[in-house]
Amino acid sequence: MASQTQSVREQTLSSVSDSAPRLWPGLWAIFAKEVRTEFRTRELLVTTAVFALTVVFMFSFSFDPTSEESRRIGPGLLWIAFLFAGTLMLEPAFLREQTNDTLAALRLAPIAPTAILLGKTLANFLFLAITEALLVPVFAVFYNVSVANVIPGLVLVCLLGTLGIVVPGTIFSALTAQARMRELLLPLLLLPILTPILIAATEATAALLSDPPEWPSMALKLLAGADIIFLTVAYFLFDSLLEE
Amino acid sequence: MDSTATPASGSLAVASLGVEFRNVEKRYGPVRALRPTTLTISPGEFVALLGPNGSGKSTLLRLTAHLARPTAGTILFHGPAGFESGSAARRRLGVVAHATMLYDDLTAEENLQLFARLYSIPDPGAAITARLEAAGLAERRSDLVRTFSRGMRQRLTLARALLHGPGLLLFDEPTTGLDAAGCEWLARELDRLHHSGCTIIMSTHQGGEVTALATRTLSLESGRVVRDTGSTATLGCAPSPQSTGLV
Repeated sequence: MASQTQSVREQTLSSVSDSAPRLWPGLWAIFAKEVRTEFRTRELLVTTAVFALTVVFMFSFSFDPTSEESRRIGPGLLWIAFLFAGTLMLEPAFLREQTNDTLAALRLAPIAPTAILLGKTLANFLFLAITEALLVPVFAVFYNVSVANVIPGLVLVCLLGTLGIVVPGTIFSALTAQARMRELLLPLLLLPILTPILIAATEATAALLSDPPEWPSMALKLLAGADIIFLTVAYFLFDSLLEE
Repeated sequence: MDSTATPASGSLAVASLGVEFRNVEKRYGPVRALRPTTLTISPGEFVALLGPNGSGKSTLLRLTAHLARPTAGTILFHGPAGFESGSAARRRLGVVAHATMLYDDLTAEENLQLFARLYSIPDPGAAITARLEAAGLAERRSDLVRTFSRGMRQRLTLARALLHGPGLLLFDEPTTGLDAAGCEWLARELDRLHHSGCTIIMSTHQGGEVTALATRTLSLESGRVVRDTGSTATLGCAPSPQSTGLV
């Protein structure tokens, strides 16, 4: 009798339906929450924009660059400012979820864990893109560089480069959120990973700002390739990252 | 014990969920937070987990909520249609902990809207209004959570946990930080939830009014169940066919 009951139970267990957690509703809900919170508090946007503007502003006085020098050193400086701004912006991405253990509430919801990552990544992408949109005109003025005729190319480089910063940045933000010394740990982990992005984005920007402008097809391919690799790794690794 | 209602209504939508631990163990490195435990909690039971800090109460709840993965063993959920596992059961869990799991920079209504979207609740507006009214927070729906008192936050936390009509509610020391009036309110809510058919598992290291509502108590010490007032739980480590409720 006992073995019969056991058999019935095992059959029931084998027919258990495990409906797949959903990606898109969770992604959009989390993205909307991030945007709403940020536009209400403006904590990240204001601090990051001020920091990035200060970096560009201070370097312009340190170098007093000519147009030729600006075309040579400007792209690297611009991307270092973006990178530092990104690091500053990405650190609180998951730290905010620690305050009231809201990450646990997100994990309890019937959504794919990747939705949490992608929702936050999308929001971080938007915030960093806004900072860059503010920074580029200031850079053009202070460094005496004309960007008007290369705007489409520059937008493409910025979009690919920004994606390359925020995808690994958001993952490492999740990874370091509970660590001690997280303020140091995030840049320490992130900067080496972002070196290829930094090099490719700097080369692409330099090519666009050169006289005459060149189309940086190889650098753009490198950026796109790195983005695809980061997104793929993130998609497959993030579920296990959220486990204790 | 099963009953149904729409999540939008002030009453509960309950299709009770039971939970079964089969030789479940949790280790954090060398620390055994929960020793191999086999027990069954039937749908509609109100179980109080008692024990000092570090006895394994929160670990048991986190494992039940899928917030931690067992080092060994299996956790199964038993609903009206038989056994459920994974996300099918997860969408029917409600969790109230001493952390509110609410966003301070969102309003009460925005917090519930977020969770209504995450749980794909049909007619979220009506469900949110009903929950806010039941929690006595309808007047403060547009206020930021950061402006709420501890008692109001706890009421909103309960509203969040009940929004999707869970069949199993997990409470992790819900009275922490509440004053006497808050504890009384919580006791009334727990009593109402229990009588509506919801399965409740609540951890506490205090006795009192809230614990007195429980129909079964499990006492834990050093990650081990040492006393169970119910009849289906295993005392100690060794699992037996009788204790699993399988025979």
